[in-house]
Amino acid sequence: MRPFDYQRPAAPEAACQGMSASPHAAYIGGGTNLIDLMKLGVMAPDLLVDVNRLGFDTIKDLDDGVEIGATVRNSDLADDPRIRVRWPVLSRALLAGASAQLRNKATTAGNLLQRTRCPYFQDIDVPCNKRKPGSGCAALGGELRNHAILGTSEHCVAAHPSDMAVAMQALDAQVVIRDADGQTRTMGLDHFYRTPGDTPHIETRLNPADLITGVRLPAPLGDRQVYRKVRDRASYAFALVSAAAVMQLKEGRIEYAAIAFGGLGTQPWRDPKVDALLTGARPSEALFEKAGDVLLRSAELREGLEFKKPLAHRVLKAVLTEATQ
Amino acid sequence: MKTVLTINGQQVSLDIDTRVTLLDALRDHLGLYGSKKGCDHGQCGACTVIADGRRINSCLTLAAMHDGETIITVEGLAHGEALSALQQAFLGHDGMQCGYCTPGQLCSATAMLEEARAGRASQVTDDLTTPAPLSRAEITERMSGNLCRCGCYSGIVAAIEEVAAE
Ligand SMILES: Cc1cc2nc3c(=O)[nH]c(=O)nc-3n(C[C@H](O)[C@H](O)[C@H](O)COP(=O)(O)OP(=O)(O)OC[C@H]3O[C@@H](n4cnc5c(N)ncnc54)[C@H](O)[C@@H]3O)c2cc1C
Ligand code: SF4
Ligand code: FES
Ligand code: FES
Repeated sequence: MRPFDYQRPAAPEAACQGMSASPHAAYIGGGTNLIDLMKLGVMAPDLLVDVNRLGFDTIKDLDDGVEIGATVRNSDLADDPRIRVRWPVLSRALLAGASAQLRNKATTAGNLLQRTRCPYFQDIDVPCNKRKPGSGCAALGGELRNHAILGTSEHCVAAHPSDMAVAMQALDAQVVIRDADGQTRTMGLDHFYRTPGDTPHIETRLNPADLITGVRLPAPLGDRQVYRKVRDRASYAFALVSAAAVMQLKEGRIEYAAIAFGGLGTQPWRDPKVDALLTGARPSEALFEKAGDVLLRSAELREGLEFKKPLAHRVLKAVLTEATQ
Repeated sequence: MKTVLTINGQQVSLDIDTRVTLLDALRDHLGLYGSKKGCDHGQCGACTVIADGRRINSCLTLAAMHDGETIITVEGLAHGEALSALQQAFLGHDGMQCGYCTPGQLCSATAMLEEARAGRASQVTDDLTTPAPLSRAEITERMSGNLCRCGCYSGIVAAIEEVAAE
């Protein structure tokens, strides 16, 4: 690791100030992704601003939703009685991710901002546009497996690795952000991430010193919630394909549907056309098959990733079947 | 960087480089060699310690971030000469061969039993709202963050089952 300074401010003002002091500063939450990448030489901040003691470690009740503090641990979020009862898809997604040890450290904000698990991104000896803009992409022409088939460009095909963010995408989460001037704004998670295009190193719409202070969940619009994750081993592995479904049924019809996907997209993926197709329809195998076709209509099945198409179809069908039973 | 930690009941004051991970602080600065470095990247669990009551991977966190916290390592599990119930059960069920993963397994299992007692759910828990008994499936899922290259999983699970049933 390169040498760095370390600050542990007690108030958000000081945290943002610290971040503004150096263009190479980084916030640190649980550190489970950042320290890993610093050891690999992929990230080399010269200043770490520790956000763990800023007071963002609780889950607050809102009118009809909750605001999850930025440093609430993934394990505590999954365990919260409100989340378990009203937003179980989020508990399920969290519990399907990483290990108990990692979830005990990982924070809400850090999880949203974790970097891709593309192996070439993590190997500083090969070209990677995300790590070193303009250097090329070693994954294209290399081995593809945990990469994306939706939202990709010829500059980057890396998938977003988070499980938590997939559930939050299906739950219409809003990210709460404090900027360097102390102004607070919220941004829908659907607008938070950017597709890679020709700037894959820019992953979100955050500005440099922006501090995530929390994530708001509105009241859930469906009480049928399912998370399903498929991976190379049964636990402690990232998703090859995952899906979160939030649905409401009324008189045999789908009254509400919000479906989000992991492992498929360059960001936690949600497609309004899939939700629209399902809404108002009667559940059937044919409908679920059609939903898969709509989801994958523009999928780029690069060599090595062909398996994701049938797998995505099957995962989607399984999730929709379970949610509408 | 000045950092104060309470490790296995003893307060220690360190003045260390910001880069020192909690694992390296334990091993290289405090001579506590029980916690092991398997992968150094959060992928094996050999470095598991209990910080303020929670099991974590000590390789993926900086010592400085834990200033003021209470850390329990494998050296702190026994009560003097008396092994903890889990340590004893690991011996009784041959829960190890080379022993490299064992300190991490023990710290992890110690905290895991507390989590289960507190009603925490896991990925395989059927009903999130009612705490499940620690079945074999629950134990293996909850312990999935600890790998054993010698493949002693059946002994490890049997040892944990025995203590969970007490
Ligand atoms: C072996 C292993 C297996 C894993 N498996 C899975 C898995 O199956 N599913 C899954 O979803 N995840 C998995 N993970 C990833 C894990 O979930 C992430 O590492 C974790 O969520 C990151 O959170 P953190 O708080 O530790 O982030 P950090 O490492 O602290 O930070 C990550 C990024 O977020 C930024 N940041 C942190 N807090 C803030 C803030 N408040 N405001 C602005 N920026 C901030 C940091 O600057 C950094 O760039 C795995 C990790 C490992 C090591
Ligand atoms: S896919 Fe993206 S992250 Fe992976 S090597 Fe190519 S540019 Fe880098
Ligand atoms: S050494 Fe920390 S998880 Fe492997
Ligand atoms: S006993 Fe050898 S690694 Fe587990």
